[in-house]
Amino acid sequence: MNSRIGLIASNTFREAVRDRVLYNLIAFALLMSGAAILVGQISIDIERLVVINLGLTAVSLFGIVIAIFIGIGLVSKEIERRTLYTVLSRPVRRWEFIAGKFMGLAGTLVVNAFFMAIGVFAALLYVSHHFQASDRWLLVALYFIILQFLIITSLALFFSSFSSPLMAAVFAFALFVIGTFAEDLRGFGAMAKGVVRWLATGAAYLVPNFSALNVISSVAHQRPVSGQLILYNTAYALIYTLMAVCGAVLIFERRNLK
Amino acid sequence: MTAIEILGLEKTYNVGFWRKRPKCALRPLHMQVEEGEIFGFLGPNGAGKTTTLKLLMGLVFPTSGSARILGMETHDPRMRAQIGFLPEQPYFYDYLTARELLEYYAGLSGVPAKERSRRSQEMLERVGLHDAGGLQLRKFSKGMLQRVGIAQAILHEPKVVFFDEPMSGLDPMGRREVRDLMDQLRQEGKTVFFSTHILSDAEALCDRVAIIHLGELRGIGSVADLTSSAQNRVELIWQGPSVPSSLRALGAEPHIAGSTVRATLLEANQDAAIEALRRERLRLISVVPVRASLEDYFVQKLKPTEAVAGGRQ
Ligand SMILES: Nc1ncnc2c1ncn2[C@@H]1O[C@H](COP(=O)(O)OP(=O)(O)O)[C@@H](O)[C@H]1O
Ligand SMILES: [Mg+2]
Repeated sequence: MNSRIGLIASNTFREAVRDRVLYNLIAFALLMSGAAILVGQISIDIERLVVINLGLTAVSLFGIVIAIFIGIGLVSKEIERRTLYTVLSRPVRRWEFIAGKFMGLAGTLVVNAFFMAIGVFAALLYVSHHFQASDRWLLVALYFIILQFLIITSLALFFSSFSSPLMAAVFAFALFVIGTFAEDLRGFGAMAKGVVRWLATGAAYLVPNFSALNVISSVAHQRPVSGQLILYNTAYALIYTLMAVCGAVLIFERRNLK
Repeated sequence: MTAIEILGLEKTYNVGFWRKRPKCALRPLHMQVEEGEIFGFLGPNGAGKTTTLKLLMGLVFPTSGSARILGMETHDPRMRAQIGFLPEQPYFYDYLTARELLEYYAGLSGVPAKERSRRSQEMLERVGLHDAGGLQLRKFSKGMLQRVGIAQAILHEPKVVFFDEPMSGLDPMGRREVRDLMDQLRQEGKTVFFSTHILSDAEALCDRVAIIHLGELRGIGSVADLTSSAQNRVELIWQGPSVPSSLRALGAEPHIAGSTVRATLLEANQDAAIEALRRERLRLISVVPVRASLEDYFVQKLKPTEAVAGGRQ
């Protein structure tokens, strides 16, 4: 990573911190402690299941929402406010700007997820008083969640490079929702006929496959995650992200600034 | 050497939401700015000054034509490291303090990490913001932002600086300071290219100016060249109630205000007039040449084609 990308990334991180993005952690902490206390009172067997499911789902949703809402503004806000003029008139290439912005937000999300993960583990410890060997799969689930963040951030960046922030948010969120059901869509495509089959299958492969990246309920039931899936998901997410970021760069390279 | 070479830059915007209509912001522009000059780029609002600067900075792409700065293409990062740019009505990351912004920009311009903080401090002092360095930019007034804008443009010791309306938003003191600063930059051997719609800003400062209107170059040359065509007159001011009759004979039209008298006459008669005042023992206060101002030139240049659209502000 060259120094300019690093500088842009750390400035993006600084912006997120100063804009109080990390305050979402307070809401998350309240949610986790509330859930832990409540679950601890009502049941004896399923506390772990509930805490893991609820905790990891919250980690994922909080992050996705932040990724979309900051992601759509990463570039468009700088064009709109003309803060880019004094950046791009320096020896900064446009692709470096995009790369720096992307990494800054990705870094923010990772830091945010790190603190939330601590919250999940703390809640888990509170309800079950000790960790189990199978809890290490939680780390894999968290890793997959971070891969989801990368994909959704790159999509938000991509959509915002040619459409209004609002439309970009709608597109990115729609892809997230459809992507969550990507596997169902594939199943449906396999069963359908004619044009519908063609459309459903095409869409299923175009949207990011968040089904495969979601192993929350599986790890909540203490089932291990295969090394093959880890490898496959990593490659898939990195390629998907890279393509979306490159798409954003290609559009941005040609763009006249307002 | 040539600092800035503009080779037929042209920009047509497509405006309108449904049916795009072409709008010509800049007709093919050819001109050169030499190294070490202070060059004024003059024109009324909407003339195409900002468009030209944005083209030079690579912020928008030309419809046709090209430009070279310090002999390099406009997108060349090596060239970008050697220029500074102050945009029109600059706006910066408002969550940063002035010092943080300058240090960040110094980094982007390739200033070594060790020097960034010292350099930023120096710049804050140079633009008169040393007290405000720790203040977030969201709390800055328009004039202060303009100063930050100037600081970030000269921070990395560029060879060529581009200022878009550098005096706008400043009070008269601030305008003077900016003028002095541009003069210092020239003395440091830098090339200064700045746009303005206020003629007096350019008149006192520029080696050469270009005049642009409706996207078209209307004149280029030294201020003296552009204004010498008019008849030269001088204005004399002296103290004492009387007007020597010989002065009237020289064609002076005196205006008396209390005990001071002011009169203008042809430069050719200047010596004779001063001699007449001396003979009458009247106290001479000043002799000032009244050149045709750039303003006159401006009005004259813009008139032939159309009544100045929108007027000059
Ligand atoms: N992004 C744009 N889209 C459409 N027209 C524009 C755009 N930017 C500038 N123009 C038009 O180009 C002309 C020149 O504008 P500009 O370069 O900003 O003038 P100046 O800086 O001399 O006041 C104006 O008529 C303006 O309306
Ligand atoms: Mg302008």
